[in-house]
Amino acid sequence: MTDRNTISQRLAQAGYVADRDLATALWLMDLLQRPLLLEGAAGVGKTAVAQALAQVHGAHLIRLQCYEGLDQNAALYEWNYQRQILALKVRETSGQAAAAIEAEIFSEAYLLERPLLAAIRSETPIVLLIDEVDRADEEFEALLLEVLSDFQVTIPELGTLKARSIPRVVLTSNGTRELSDALRRRCLFHFVDFPDVDREAAIIKARLPAIDATLALQAARFVAAIRKEELRKVPGVAETLDFVAALTGMGIDDIRRDAEAVYDLLTALLKTHEDHAAIGLEVVERLVHKVA
Amino acid sequence: MDVCSTERSEGKAPPAVDAGALIRRRLSGFVQVLRDNGFAVGLGETADALRLLAAADLGNRAALLAGLRALLASRRSDWEKFAALFDAYWFARHLRDGARIADPRPRRGGPRMMVTADDGPESGTDAILRTERRPDGEGDDAPAAGHERGGTSDQERLARTDFRHILDPVERERVHALARRLAAAMRARLTRRHEVARNGSKIDLRRSLHRSVARGGLPLELVYRRRRTKPLKLVILLDASGSMSPYVTVFVRFMHGVLDSFRQAAAFVFHTRLADVTDAMREKDPQRAVDRLGLMAQGVGGGTRIGACLATFNRWHAARIIHSRTAVLIVSDGYDTGEPAQLASEMAALRRRCRRIAWLNPMIGWHGYEPVAAGMRAALPYVDLFAPAHSIESLEALEPYLARL
Repeated sequence: MTDRNTISQRLAQAGYVADRDLATALWLMDLLQRPLLLEGAAGVGKTAVAQALAQVHGAHLIRLQCYEGLDQNAALYEWNYQRQILALKVRETSGQAAAAIEAEIFSEAYLLERPLLAAIRSETPIVLLIDEVDRADEEFEALLLEVLSDFQVTIPELGTLKARSIPRVVLTSNGTRELSDALRRRCLFHFVDFPDVDREAAIIKARLPAIDATLALQAARFVAAIRKEELRKVPGVAETLDFVAALTGMGIDDIRRDAEAVYDLLTALLKTHEDHAAIGLEVVERLVHKVA
Repeated sequence: MDVCSTERSEGKAPPAVDAGALIRRRLSGFVQVLRDNGFAVGLGETADALRLLAAADLGNRAALLAGLRALLASRRSDWEKFAALFDAYWFARHLRDGARIADPRPRRGGPRMMVTADDGPESGTDAILRTERRPDGEGDDAPAAGHERGGTSDQERLARTDFRHILDPVERERVHALARRLAAAMRARLTRRHEVARNGSKIDLRRSLHRSVARGGLPLELVYRRRRTKPLKLVILLDASGSMSPYVTVFVRFMHGVLDSFRQAAAFVFHTRLADVTDAMREKDPQRAVDRLGLMAQGVGGGTRIGACLATFNRWHAARIIHSRTAVLIVSDGYDTGEPAQLASEMAALRRRCRRIAWLNPMIGWHGYEPVAAGMRAALPYVDLFAPAHSIESLEALEPYLARL
């Protein structure tokens, strides 16, 4: 599997530091042409995988953000009613046969592509990100099954539209709702965990190249320690990056010397009032010394 | 790459002529092991696994494991078990946890029991449904003599009898069957009520316009939008401590009946620690579900730590499992050997997240019971419904409450 190494390298060039197992999963996506389901806590970098994958393949990224009540009209296609009605009004006095008018106004010219249709109708393969699929309803999951297994969409008025190119599909889930076995089985699965200290330090270096290596490692260790505290909202990788950016912004190059400043910057890491109350200055001092 | 040389020689196919056939056979054996351990692996996955083996470097254990895991695991619990099963099967390593390599299917619970459970097909459910509106649980109903009278009156008596008084295995099996049927009937009604009650009055402009296109732009037909509500979700936390033991098996049957085809549900068992048993409860065969659950609850001893178990639930599971239309059912006698203060604060945290908390306490059905245990008193302020759950009848009385959620 030499390809795994290439994928790792190219992901790294795209600013994503992947572990080897993820590289394998991405390699397998291409081999088997299956979608990849990424599951894990919020903030571990699931969405970033799709973004990096698009960059690696030089592909356009189409993102479908799922939400409760997301339906076919918002995800697949919609008719352009305004244009259809205008077209009808114009032809009212033309004496054209009704069937001819109907065939015309239900043609592709009046079709609005939504992300899923756009993804399979694209001339060049794209990366399709179906983000937080667990937020959408179960009916939507069933709709996805059809699209993802056959890569085709059936529109009653038009017939079946087949994919022009097979997109690389990445689905993400925070696990707020149990996904159906049917959907899971169509996908490759990868569980994304918080990165370990070394990988998080590497991520910091990749995203903020100007940073000092020691500080990156210190910050990664500090965040790893704070994740072990009892928190309601555990900081993700994006929060780590904000935190490090704030540290460099304040000109701190050794967090051990400046526990108070670190304490002030906790806003970048902790996002609830309770977590702020739980992590006091003395906790920060203890953690900062452990980091050394 | 973390490959040691012994693994390399193990993992490589022997240079025989029929290496392909050998790999296919070994692979189908592996797939069988995974299925035995609860993985949902279909034929498509097996075919893709062969393609993966053909394309992969078979000597690279780490890459092979990662590839097969991405393909064959489909949820986090699979993901965590996979490496151990992989090593055990391909490299004959010992398994540490409860994962199984041999065929695990236990024998059904004896044909005699099954027959007993199924006699009097509908009368059983009807009987319990008709015994409504009795003022209290009448928990002290002694196990009446001559239980082979059969018929409706016997069913009624069983419905009212405290589970702990039912000692006869045949009767116990009948109570289990009653609990299961009650759960199925409740589920059907609860689900239907959702659909009937959801009639909104908003006009769906998009659909109305769409329909109007066929009529030259005249909106002759208005389309209404129904209000969508999230389906009710049930989370059951069952106390499996020694003092609860007469009730646990009946509740497991009841939980199984409720969860069986209710996708929006989760079940946990706690004692000294908390175990997620949702998957076991999804088992189609109720006896198998009980067996699997028994395995999970094993190895616990000492006092019941309700507060600590709730803390685990709040910290690790609540965000994933609970949404705004979730009802949490805690089934426990409230004897907590932990700190009452911790129980109170965890109950408060749980209360903030969910819609309702119902505490089912089998002891309420007992004559003269007062919730005096410190743990029970600490928890009560956060409980919306404090109800008995010692007999089939008391379980049945829960239905109107669940329907209102």
